[in-house]
Amino acid sequence: MTTSAVTAPAAGATVTAREPIVELRDVRMHFPVAQGGLLRRKMGAVRAVDGVSLAVYGGETLGIVGESGCGKSTTGRLMTRLLEPTGGQVVFEGQDITHLSTAKLRPLRRRFQMIFQDPYSSLNPRHTIGTIVGAPLRLHGVETPNGVKRAVQDLLERVGLNPEHYNRYPHEFSGGQRQRIGIARALALRPKLIVCDEPVSALDVSIQAQVINLLEDLQNEFDLTYLFIAHDLSVVRHISDRVAVMYLGKVMELADRTSLYEAPQHPYTHALLSAVPTPDPAKEKGRERILLRGDVPSPLDPPPACVFHTRCWKAQDICRVVEPPLLQVSPTHQVACHFPEERKLV
Amino acid sequence: MTDRSATMAAGSAPATADAHRRPLLEVKDLRVHFPTEDGLVKAVDGLDFTVAKGRTLGIVGESGSGKSVTSLAILGLHKRTRAQLSGEVLLDGVDIIGAAEETVRRLRGNKMAMIFQDPLSSMHPYYTVGAQIIEAYRVHNNVSKRAARARAIEMLSLVGIPQPDRRVDDYPHQFSGGMRQRAMIAMGMSCNPGLLIADEPTTALDVTVQAQILELMKKLQREFDSALIIITHDLCVVAEVADDILVMYAGRAVEHGPVADLFRRPEHPYTWGLLSSMPRLDRVREDRLRPIKGTPPSLINPPPGCRFHPRCPYAQRLGEICWTVEPELLEGPNDHSTRCHLGPVKAREVFVAEVEPLL
Repeated sequence: MTTSAVTAPAAGATVTAREPIVELRDVRMHFPVAQGGLLRRKMGAVRAVDGVSLAVYGGETLGIVGESGCGKSTTGRLMTRLLEPTGGQVVFEGQDITHLSTAKLRPLRRRFQMIFQDPYSSLNPRHTIGTIVGAPLRLHGVETPNGVKRAVQDLLERVGLNPEHYNRYPHEFSGGQRQRIGIARALALRPKLIVCDEPVSALDVSIQAQVINLLEDLQNEFDLTYLFIAHDLSVVRHISDRVAVMYLGKVMELADRTSLYEAPQHPYTHALLSAVPTPDPAKEKGRERILLRGDVPSPLDPPPACVFHTRCWKAQDICRVVEPPLLQVSPTHQVACHFPEERKLV
Repeated sequence: MTDRSATMAAGSAPATADAHRRPLLEVKDLRVHFPTEDGLVKAVDGLDFTVAKGRTLGIVGESGSGKSVTSLAILGLHKRTRAQLSGEVLLDGVDIIGAAEETVRRLRGNKMAMIFQDPLSSMHPYYTVGAQIIEAYRVHNNVSKRAARARAIEMLSLVGIPQPDRRVDDYPHQFSGGMRQRAMIAMGMSCNPGLLIADEPTTALDVTVQAQILELMKKLQREFDSALIIITHDLCVVAEVADDILVMYAGRAVEHGPVADLFRRPEHPYTWGLLSSMPRLDRVREDRLRPIKGTPPSLINPPPGCRFHPRCPYAQRLGEICWTVEPELLEGPNDHSTRCHLGPVKAREVFVAEVEPLL
């Protein structure tokens, strides 16, 4: 099918012993919280990401799901070093980039780009599309055989926009078109890895499907690797090869797509999957639904040991004392729970 | 084709499923037009539906389909200097469109209430949650502050806010997203309105919280026996809570029917498109999604004929009629009406043969 069959992600295939493109090793991101006016005292820290280890392999799509505040966006920003972690290591293609300076990072930035959620606030309203999409080319001094304008127009065409729109401004485009502009910009430097932070959640259903298909086509064509962050579990199932479920700054479960959706083991994953409504009223009636009580605890003061124990119906004494490590239950499936259990929910 | 007035009457019939109950809300040939520099935006262009007490109507559509404009028209919230309204919105027999602003103001909050999408921007950040519920309650009920406060606490406890007697004095920012939406619901329900309109009530919420809020809305509706309109872009949400569904496209209803029938035998190509374009957890994963091609049309110059024809994969098959003649909303069996030239028999054939196997 594809010429680049070696690295293109075969559907459902799991990753073999390949070198990861980017790896997080026990990464922590604690944002300090200060209080008081003149003499600001450090009051504590928001533990947005608290000991996450994840590796993204070439050609795959790793999905991260979780509710708001679980640290999934922060994880994406740490991976592209838009944030400097307070602990752990970020390794990009074998090179430790955890504390690299902005200047040293810049040449590496050609290799990892980002697509943002809100196509309204992530494009400068005062710049034309040509300026926006051409900016990475100009900043990095990329050689373009037929000039920057031509390169940008090729990119616009590739993402399904009219190249004649080169001189238009973002407000002249619809949400879906703006998202395509964001994709063209991320693509400009031909990166290896693109971190997509909720790229379709602001779009209408019919447009959402168009953009997802485009992302998949581009992945095959340019041999891209995606970190796909979203809260929509059905979208993540569609696009990802492997999926990580996050809760309160930690990875709860990490597995290949099929295992995660067909045989999830963590109670939080069970709750998430059972909460997704389906467009089938007949099936909806007989479906088992796990309703979680209360809200997500504050990341300022997360529960001790297992962070999920305050809302878990299976919690025992050990869950309040010992933190469950992320353990392998099968070659492609890891769970952080003292009482993992396979359950069929979808 | 039948003449227009006959189909309009037919179009308003479907939701009156239980004929013994007079519908609480009747919307007849509602039109909301906005004059702009570029031309007249026909946001809602001839809409008919009814909602009875104890029933839930789900209005589904993409952005710009006119669903929110409809809800604002029902609540009488359009500035009359800006919007041109015509048709009838009858709440318990009282016409909202023609009524004086003062009359509508008294009905709003008391007989009908609204829950908005974003509870953070629709609550005042400067006042406590309690104060806002108390104010809403006292506007319509001649009671003491103490009694109103008791009511506010009662409502907060009813919607499942823990320690309501303490949280009543919190400010909106001290609530989480899900709790704020609960507080909004408490405020909306405080005067026990007959009609509650929820505009994308769970769009800003996480799935687990969405499940809680939908559960709560179903429970409250049973208790208060109110009529509920849920406006959303998410077919999954309406599948779960609605009795009837109205699918809107470019300011008009394209399909309208009872929820079970509409999901089992959808008849309009747009509804098929919506169903097949979303990835579904309850089905086997496919390699490609099948989006609806193109983008929603301009409401200033809507396409001639059927408004969906430029995006419709079946338009070529029927030929000219699709881009010259606008189809009427025709009622078929089971109170299920559709606006498509295919007609119910052909639509069923196409759905069974070509669409359903792919869903």
